[in-house]
Amino acid sequence: MGIELLGGRILAPYFGSSVHIWGSIITVFMLSLSLGYLIGGKLSTKSASLQHYGTIFIAAGLTVLPIALSAEWLMESIFLAVEDSRYGSLLASMVLFFIPTVILGMISPYSVRLLVTHHTESGHVAGRLYFVSTLGSALGTIITSFYLVLLFDVNNIVLCFSAILTLLGALAITINKTQLVRETANA
Amino acid sequence: MPNVSLPQYSVFNITLLTLIVSVVFTFQASAEIVHQERSMYRNIIVEDQGDLRCLKFNVKRSKSSQSCFYKSNPHKLVFNYTKLLFSGLLVVDEPQNILIIGLGGGTMSNTLHQLFPQANIDNVEIDPAVISVARSYFGFFENSHVRSIVQDGRIFVKRAALKKQKYDWIILDAFNGDYIPEHLLTQEFLQEVKSVLTEDGVLTANTFSISELYNHESATYKTVYGDFFNVRNSNNSNRVILGNVKSLPTNEEILQRVAQLSDKLQPFGVDIKAIEGSLTSTADVQDWPNDTRILTDQYSPANLLKQ
Repeated sequence: MGIELLGGRILAPYFGSSVHIWGSIITVFMLSLSLGYLIGGKLSTKSASLQHYGTIFIAAGLTVLPIALSAEWLMESIFLAVEDSRYGSLLASMVLFFIPTVILGMISPYSVRLLVTHHTESGHVAGRLYFVSTLGSALGTIITSFYLVLLFDVNNIVLCFSAILTLLGALAITINKTQLVRETANA
Repeated sequence: MPNVSLPQYSVFNITLLTLIVSVVFTFQASAEIVHQERSMYRNIIVEDQGDLRCLKFNVKRSKSSQSCFYKSNPHKLVFNYTKLLFSGLLVVDEPQNILIIGLGGGTMSNTLHQLFPQANIDNVEIDPAVISVARSYFGFFENSHVRSIVQDGRIFVKRAALKKQKYDWIILDAFNGDYIPEHLLTQEFLQEVKSVLTEDGVLTANTFSISELYNHESATYKTVYGDFFNVRNSNNSNRVILGNVKSLPTNEEILQRVAQLSDKLQPFGVDIKAIEGSLTSTADVQDWPNDTRILTDQYSPANLLKQ
């Protein structure tokens, strides 16, 4: 959500602040989240592990990077190619946000898979997960829009998000490794 | 969302609407709302108070009118800031191509067309509803010299630069209900504006002088246009920035120009002499700290700084 919010700011210099900017951004985010849920759910059926879970985070962290590093020339070329700012902004949101958001969307169903140990508690786990992730989205939105933009450059905020995702991924992988080591030691 | 909740919402909305309307009527008994509509961007209200007709955005901030005119004397400009914008004429002799970003009631466009019938005037306005309200209630007119374009100002300027269009007078007057949209305050935008100005072209930008943003705006303008002129008069909170002035005409030339213009501008209620007297150059007085952070596309929390 933090990134979605910054999306408006990132697109504004090239595509303005008309209503259709938010239309483009929200469409792309919803579309890619829905695909992300689908793919994440599918992935979780095959040998789900913290290792893979961490990889998803790292992939998300890396694919977020171009939003900060390549946005300028990407938007510039789209601005030159597409005259209509509606389709321009849609295309730009697609190019910048589609891949990272699909990957971010994969995290939720994968988390359900990792957290559910028994099918009777699956609803409970899913409910808690929605609670945490949606609450997180709300916090991300308000903190970004109220405070972060007041203190930092847009790019720095994006880079920071990227770093956090990558670190979380690394953490998941490390935990996975230590668990494996412990399990082998116990065995 | 379950269907059941929908009727509740509309009942709530109607109650709220009734409440708002009644509040508005109680507090402004003498004002009459002539037209009200909710556009994609805002609430647009046209209000008559005796002879004065005003365009307002949003109900709660009814104090801040976007544009006003006297029905009996539409020529006469009401707002001080509109008058301050005419400081541009001290620098540009006979403008040929004028760009106005932010239409309001269209009074600036109308006035300039009467003063310079041969000049081409492009009015850029993001909200189509504002244009139609300006046409229906404020006598805004278009012809072969005057046109209005529905577009975000930033995009218009970017495209104009690509087409190598040039203007000798650019007037920035884009306000939403709150303040100037953030992406029209940044250094990058001001550079883009500069790229569509002719060599001797001039920029006049309407800003507020009582806001935290004042320093940031000043610092940002200076990085793009160098030293600029502040135009303000004591009785309002607006400050017009007169920028891109390479060299101000000599005192004699200015006096000559003031003499030429004062008769021409007098019917519009513009006292060009007083305006000339209120010019201050930032080369003489810099009223913001040197370390003020400039506004860029990366850093423009404009509406947050304002408070």
